[in-house]
Parts: sequence; C-alpha cells; structure tokens
Amino acid sequence: MHKKEMIAMLLAGGQGSRLGVLTEKVAKPAVAFGGKYRIIDFPLSNCINSGIDTVGVLTQYQPLRLNAHIGIGIPWDLDRNYGGVTVLPPHETIEGSDWYSGTANAICQNMEYMDEFDPEYVLILSGDHIYKMDYEVMLEYHKASNADFTIACMPVPMEEASRFGLAVTDGSGRITEFQEKPAEPKSNLASMGIYIFTYSELKKALMELKDQPGCDFGKHVIPYMKDSGKRIFAYEFNDYWKDVGTLSSYWQTNMELVDIVPNFNLYEEFWKIYTKNGRVEGQYLGENCEVSRSIIGAGCEIYGKVCGSVLSDSVTVEDGAEVIDSIVMSSVHIGRGARLYKCIISDNCQIGEGAVLGTGEYAESMYDKKVYCSDLVTIAENSVIPAGVTVGVNTAIIGVTTPEDYPDGRLPSGGFIVKEGGKS
Amino acid sequence: MRAIGIILAGGNSKRMRELSRKRAIAAMPMAGGYRSIDFALSNMTNSGIKTVAVLTQYNSRSLNRHLASSKWWDFGRKQGGLYVFNPTITAERSDWYRGTADALYQNLDFLKSSHEPYVVIASGDGIYKMDYNKVLEYHIEKKADITVVCTEFPEGDDPTRFGYVKANSEGRITDFEEKPVTTDKTTISCGIYVVRRRHLIEFLEKCGEEENYDFVQDVLVRYKNVKRIFAYRMEGYWRNIASVDSYFRANMDFLKYDVRKYFGDEPAIYTKVDDLPPAKYNTGCQVRNSLIADGCIVNGKVENSLLFKDVYVGNNCTIRNSIVLNNVYIGDNTVLENCIVESRDVIRTNSTYAGTPDDLKIVVVKNDIYAG
Repeated sequence: MHKKEMIAMLLAGGQGSRLGVLTEKVAKPAVAFGGKYRIIDFPLSNCINSGIDTVGVLTQYQPLRLNAHIGIGIPWDLDRNYGGVTVLPPHETIEGSDWYSGTANAICQNMEYMDEFDPEYVLILSGDHIYKMDYEVMLEYHKASNADFTIACMPVPMEEASRFGLAVTDGSGRITEFQEKPAEPKSNLASMGIYIFTYSELKKALMELKDQPGCDFGKHVIPYMKDSGKRIFAYEFNDYWKDVGTLSSYWQTNMELVDIVPNFNLYEEFWKIYTKNGRVEGQYLGENCEVSRSIIGAGCEIYGKVCGSVLSDSVTVEDGAEVIDSIVMSSVHIGRGARLYKCIISDNCQIGEGAVLGTGEYAESMYDKKVYCSDLVTIAENSVIPAGVTVGVNTAIIGVTTPEDYPDGRLPSGGFIVKEGGKS
Repeated sequence: MRAIGIILAGGNSKRMRELSRKRAIAAMPMAGGYRSIDFALSNMTNSGIKTVAVLTQYNSRSLNRHLASSKWWDFGRKQGGLYVFNPTITAERSDWYRGTADALYQNLDFLKSSHEPYVVIASGDGIYKMDYNKVLEYHIEKKADITVVCTEFPEGDDPTRFGYVKANSEGRITDFEEKPVTTDKTTISCGIYVVRRRHLIEFLEKCGEEENYDFVQDVLVRYKNVKRIFAYRMEGYWRNIASVDSYFRANMDFLKYDVRKYFGDEPAIYTKVDDLPPAKYNTGCQVRNSLIADGCIVNGKVENSLLFKDVYVGNNCTIRNSIVLNNVYIGDNTVLENCIVESRDVIRTNSTYAGTPDDLKIVVVKNDIYAG
C-alpha cells in the first residue's frame, strides 16, 4: 500500500444543540443548507477539490441521515479503491467500549484508521462551517513554516474578538499565546477549528493525553502542544467562512445567499460544491406566483409569494401563501393563504391553510433561552401546523400539532409545543 | 426481469431542423433536467432490466457524454451493464448502420451471448413511463412472436410521421401502414417491441442474408401474416419528440401539473447529475407559468416558458412561450417569443428573436460572453 501524504478527519458527531429543534433528529452536519446542500457538503467538497481523497467521517449523534447522505461517497468522487470516504462511528475494542468523549478523544480512538494510510499530515475538520478553502495551500504553508501544527485563523473585527478563541502570533506567524474569549484581546486572529498536524506529532500528543477525560483539541491538545514547545503556526484565511452553529447565524448565512452577488457564490464554475442529488426536475412557478430575491430548489411548485427566502427541493407553496425571509427545507407543504415570516421549517413539514407564523412582539423563550434568542420561528422535521393558527416569534414546534395545542388559536411569542412522534 | 434492453438511438430527422446539428435526437434535453433517452433508460432500470445496449450512430458525441457513466440509472452492476454500440469495422464488414434491423444485426453477437430469453427494443425519442414487465406478461399470455406497443395518435401531431397498425379483436396485428400520406387508422406504433431473443436472432439473420435493413418493413410488415404479431395498448402519456413541433409541445406539456406529477412520482426518471446550485431569482424578476431548472439565475420576465439548466436571464428581458436549452446567457433587454434557444448560446443585450406558434424560431447564436 502506498502512503497518503495527507488524510482528513472530519468531526461530525456533535449534536449542535444550539440549532434547537433542527438537530432534534439529525446531527448538525446533516442539516440542510442553501436550498440543496447539507452542511457537511462544504468540508467534503473542499477535500476533494483540494486533492484529498481519504476522509474519515466521525459520527456519533443521530448518524442515520448522515450515513445515508454520505453512502460510499459517490457525489464527492470519494468512492475510491484505496482511501475514499469512511464513516467512523465509535466501536468496541478489547480494552472496552467508549463513546467519543471529546473531539481529540474521537480522533484518538481512530488511530488505527489513520495508521493504515501512514500519512505525513492529518487535517482535522469539523462539519459545521460554510466556506470554500483550498487545504493544499494551507498544507504548503504548514510545510514552508516547518510547523508541527497549523491552525487556520480568520481575522475578525477587533471589537468582536473577545467572542472567539484567539491566536497571538509573532511576526513569522508562529503562535506565541492563546486567548480563549478574553476580555482584552491581544489579537484578532480567531481559530476556525481547522487544523493540520504533522501526523507523528499528533500521535505523540494523543498518546500522551490518552487518559484525559473528554479530551478536546481546544482545551487539551492545543495547550499540550504549546507547553511542550512545538512549532505552532497560524494560517491566515481571508475569505468567506461562517459558523452556522446558532439559529440566527444559520438563518443569516442562508439569507446572504440571495443577495444579487452574494459574498458566498455557489454559482461559480470553479470549486463546485457537490451533494447527493435528490431531484433533478425543474421547479414550476405558477400563473399568479410572485417570486423575488430567492433561491428555489428542484421540483418545487410555487403558486404563492416567495420573497427573500431559501427553499429546498420539492416544496409546495400554495395559492395565496406567502413565504418571506424564511428557510424552508425539503418536501414541505405550505397551505393556501398561509403566511410565514422569518421561519425555519425543517424537512417534510405541513403548514395548514391560513396559518400565520412569525408575528407579534419579541418575548423571551420559555423553552430554552440559550438556544432561542432571536425573532425566528423554528419548526422541527415532520411537524404539522394546523390550519388557521397564529404562531408568535421566537417559538419552537416539534411534532404533529392539532388546534387543541393552540389556546385561542395561537402560540404566543417565546412559546413552544413539543409533541411526541411526527408524521412519517 | 428476464429480458435485455436495446435502445435505438442512432437516428436523425430532418424534422428536428437545426436542433439536430449537434446531437442525436435521443440526447435532446427534455423538461428542464432530463435528456430524451433518460425516459427509456429509466423505464428499463425501473422494470428490472439489468443489461441495456444503446445503439448510436448519428452525432453521437453528446449522447456518449451523457452515457459516460452508467451509475445514474443504476446500471453498471457486476450482473449486467450499460453498453454503447457504435458502428464498428470488423473483418467481415465496414458499414454504417443502414437501418434499424441492420443496426441490430451488426450487434448480433451481443444478442447471442446474452442469456435472458426476451428482448425489449425501445427508441430513444419517446417520452413516457412504462413497466415493460406488463408488456412481457401480455406477450407471453398471447403466445405472441412479437409484441408492438401501440397508442392512440397524439392529437395535433403530424400524422405522416408515424406507423399505423390495425389489430383484430384478439389483439393480433393484421395491417401495418408506415408513414402514410393519409390513413383511416388512429392506432400508432410507439416503436417499442418485445420479442423472444431466439426469434429476434432468426429474423435478423434472415434480414442479413437478404440484405434487408429495416425492422418495420423487413420484419414486422413482412411477417405479419405468418407470425403472431400483437398490439399492446399502452395507457398514459406518450409522445415522440422527433420533430421540432412535437419536441416543443412535449416540453410545454410539463407546464401542466398532471404531466409533471405523472413523471415526478415514483418510479422516478433518472438522469446524469450536474451538480448545479438551485435556481436563483433576483429582485425585479417576474416568472409566470414556467418551469425553471437548477443553476438558472433570473432577473427578467419569463412567461409560459422552460428554462433548462444553467440559464442566465438578464435584466429587463422578456421570454415568452419559449424553450431555452442548457447553459445559455441572455443579455439585458432581450426579447424572445416563440423560440427554441439552442444550448450554449450567448445572446447579446438588446436582441429580439420571435417566431410564431406555428413557425417556431430556432435561435443559434454564438457570441463571446463578455462582448456585451
């Protein structure tokens, strides 16, 4: 077996709990994005476009959808005789069986997989960012710097710097200090959670930290590398990169796609983003529809008004319905005269006739203040909203709801409904 | 299914006018996302046929590119596969396919080396959905030698481009009329046949010996009295797209909900995947009663039209009652009415092209995209 110069390990096991009901049934990397894609398509496409043909995808939380999506990697050309994409769930060994207790622990548990390819370098990625990046350029930087460990960093405005983990560098790009969400930032280089390790150094560090409970890159590996005097470099990345870890950043990032010339352009020939294609047929826009500033996926049927929105495939918007500033995922049916403002509707939901979603004054969430803190309506997959009800802002709904769930026909702002099961 | 499939995709037709200049009819883009041959191929894979040969000859490059990988239709298995057979020079002969029967005859080896007892023959220019198992069941039940799939003449089409059949009460075909000037018959052949492989080989060897080349004339018409040739009547949508008018009409049919639903429902029609982003609608666009494919960016007005994949419509354009094929750039202030715009066109700003519903304008223009 010939060795691989660099392989990628993609961390896709996290729940992404700050996406609330969107990740109720699926891992965050499998959440829909941009009318066609799932979040994991971005790092996977970046890999193949950067010439990396060996990718281990570490899964743990609700992996079913992710497994089905990745399959043997055909959409990304990652079906290979040697290498390709491999899904790596936690497994039992002679020493026992453990869940992945932290990001570095997950990588540590898959040492055998990495060893198989005898790589010179290992790229660590996470499945929750939207960006296009040539990892090969980062690798060149890593090599040129004679680094043991390179962290991709993005300059952020100084006034926002205290929200991030920051890298303080000397003139050569070598990192001299780390600051985790400091009150007084000394740098504006925020870590993007994308790392290249010289594999021998990674292996050493992981073996050393083997017994560390919940071993995490940020909390344990980086300090360890720092303290043992390794050459750690910051690779500055100055292009589009968005973390979609919260409901409002997820919404915002989708909304940016509908700008005339979006910052993040999916329409370029170069650096295509690949995904598993569901449907291919055209979308139909009816006689009286009104569509503007929107992205609409294949197989949709639009008879109403769609404005400032991102619709995935097979969505039906009936006559007289209005979808404004919203994200609607696959196979959602929006009934006649329904009105949606700033909503995120997951796959396969049904919105009843004349329902109005996203009206009223902001109110603090009664469900989870950390997750729900914007004026969005968030609806989990397979949910049903009955006809004629009104739903306030900053709300969450899971499951098949009936008119009885809405006292006086409304769910007030900040409210939530959680019902067992969902329509199949 | 105990059959192999053969798709006849080599033909050309003057009725396609400029549209056939760069591709075979079977490679014509259809209904936004598909190509014509996808329908026959998907029907075969959905019927459980595992081995399919596509016979190509005329302008086959575009078709070959479409068929470069068989995975989209789920062929390319260890058992079975998708084969593309172009005419080839051998020790015995160096002829083009001189007709449908000749095309089959020149690939007799393929027929002989298969082991499935039946053969389904289809053409690459039919738009329909069909479970060929149903035809085979009928074929066996009727103890037929050849079964011909038939349908009613599609209203509004050109009657002189079809073959007509007359069947008795039992379903046996008693009379064929190929492309008549006038006829009293209304049942036409869809160009889809089921035949026992062993019989087909016999028929073709006979044709080969006697230097006959046409499957309809030299097999169906010739043997109609001595062999049991039956008509299987298909229900549901069927169109042949081998003329500009019928091609245009079949595409426009996809603006009807029933037709879209019929083809959109399972079993699905498969096609080669292009990895295009979803369609984007900018401020100021006005789209009515139109079918838009992935990768399009729309700024202007589009009415009663189909935009195929990757079409850019500039500001202040009006596109009415037209079909724009793949990968076209339409500059600002352009007006198109009753047109078919050939793929990969670049239409300059301020252009106007108009045909009439009875005489569609085929727009073929190649400009530099940045020429303005």
